[in-house]
Amino acid sequence: MTALRNNLAALWWVPRGIIFGLMAFFIFGPLFNMLLWTVTEKWYFPHTFPLEYGFSSWAKVFAPRGGALESLGNSLVVALLTVAVALALAIPAGYALARLKLPLRGLILLAFLIPQAFPNLTVYVNIARIFYEIGLNGTIPGVVLVHVSHGVVYAVWIATAAFSAIDPELEQAARNIGAGPMRTFRDVTLPLAAPGLMASAIFVFLESLDEFTGSFFVGAPDVNMLPLLLYTSASGGNYQIASITALLLLVPSLVFMLLVERFLKADVLSRVGH
Amino acid sequence: MSRRLLGLLLVLPALAVIALLFILPLIMSAVGAFQVDGSFGWGNFTKTFDLYTKDIIFTVVIVSLSTVLIGFASIAIGGYLTLGGHPLAVAALRFLYRWPMFIPFIVVGQLMRTFLSKNGMMNNTAVSLGLMTPLDTVSFLDWRGIVFAFVWKQTPFVALLVAGAMASLNRDTIEAARNLGASKLRVLFEIIVPQVAVTLTVGLILSFVTMMSVLSVPLMINAQTPTMLTADIAFRVNAYGDYGVANALGLISLVLASSVAWIYLRISLKERT
Repeated sequence: MTALRNNLAALWWVPRGIIFGLMAFFIFGPLFNMLLWTVTEKWYFPHTFPLEYGFSSWAKVFAPRGGALESLGNSLVVALLTVAVALALAIPAGYALARLKLPLRGLILLAFLIPQAFPNLTVYVNIARIFYEIGLNGTIPGVVLVHVSHGVVYAVWIATAAFSAIDPELEQAARNIGAGPMRTFRDVTLPLAAPGLMASAIFVFLESLDEFTGSFFVGAPDVNMLPLLLYTSASGGNYQIASITALLLLVPSLVFMLLVERFLKADVLSRVGH
Repeated sequence: MSRRLLGLLLVLPALAVIALLFILPLIMSAVGAFQVDGSFGWGNFTKTFDLYTKDIIFTVVIVSLSTVLIGFASIAIGGYLTLGGHPLAVAALRFLYRWPMFIPFIVVGQLMRTFLSKNGMMNNTAVSLGLMTPLDTVSFLDWRGIVFAFVWKQTPFVALLVAGAMASLNRDTIEAARNLGASKLRVLFEIIVPQVAVTLTVGLILSFVTMMSVLSVPLMINAQTPTMLTADIAFRVNAYGDYGVANALGLISLVLASSVAWIYLRISLKERT
């Protein structure tokens, strides 16, 4: 009887194996296909695998005129500036939302929710129009501002969650032994919220690195960014360069996926804008 | 200084950014949709419906179909993670499903362009397995490609939310139902899903709105007609500088999104106040 039951339990691995195998194929297949393209020299229909492998596309992408170095540089500068501006705005706002009494609290919360509830493409089209009028179109500060408008929403919600996860009695204790409000914030509240704020910084950084629509309307063609390089090389039919650019954008995203739970503790994650 | 004033002062800079860089352009798009050569009228909308009615329907069908598929896939993944029979199988699924979550849409577009094309890995694998001949292969880079890309990218996000909500449910009712002889499928749909309905709804609404505004996927996978409204808007602006029709198309996508967005706003506001 137990032998039969064991056999039945083992049989369950057949459907499981088929379903997990299919899932793995459809999840990793596209990634593997892209990896092959990054080292392909020659590949055409109807061959299953590339006919020649090599790194000549890598040399082309990273050559001084290949465009990748300029795009990578621009993307990193924009992402770092976006993180700096978004956090400078989000830390005070998050603290106030978590700790202080606010007039019109409902309306303020609504304002921070609206960008998530409506498609942002039309918004970017009209931002580009405003920026064109005031000369911000096609400049790094213009692209940073567009990315901030998107990133600050996530930053505010994560910062709010990070601050409200801190026990208020710790701040109270610091005040009781004579620390002023600024000192309490700097020496007690801020260090305790640091892991959550770090997570929000990484999140905003990635969002900026990956952002396409805003850069497309505000940045292109003057400010070259990695996603724009990926788009132009893909529409030009150059699969090798598109795949190498895609890989450059992919690696930080996958690393973040693997680390996210270490940075965002459950008590913070559970409060992040669902 | 009163604490209320201090709070307002701390929130103000972030609020100003949202007001100037999101809400103002949003209003501009709504107003601009009715502007024809400096005066107000319905001209942009007549033109829009003449040229793009097919694309409006195409967009609604694709986004709705993707949302439904994402919903079922997330329930299946969350359900298996909660009720799965074998710890090893559950661990395998937990490892598998999350990979696409943070991959940017533009990269997803490029991945699918190579994977789903006529000579892509999907067709090549089917040919190698003897399921079809090279001459039978077709490219999936049309509406099917867009749906595949959306479901591929958005399912992990909704599944993560749903699985999290399922994991925090009280297990007693589930055990009780199991002991009374209810099948796992019945427990999933009659006991678990109703309790995580709010989380599922929020996840699906956020996905719906995201898919409505993704430009890179339709541009990369299928930019011919019929295509999605986002690609039309980009084309109107870049090729003709026609902000009137672009804004009319934008307003239509806003109206489509707000059919579900207000549910999200109501749920979230209730949770946060």
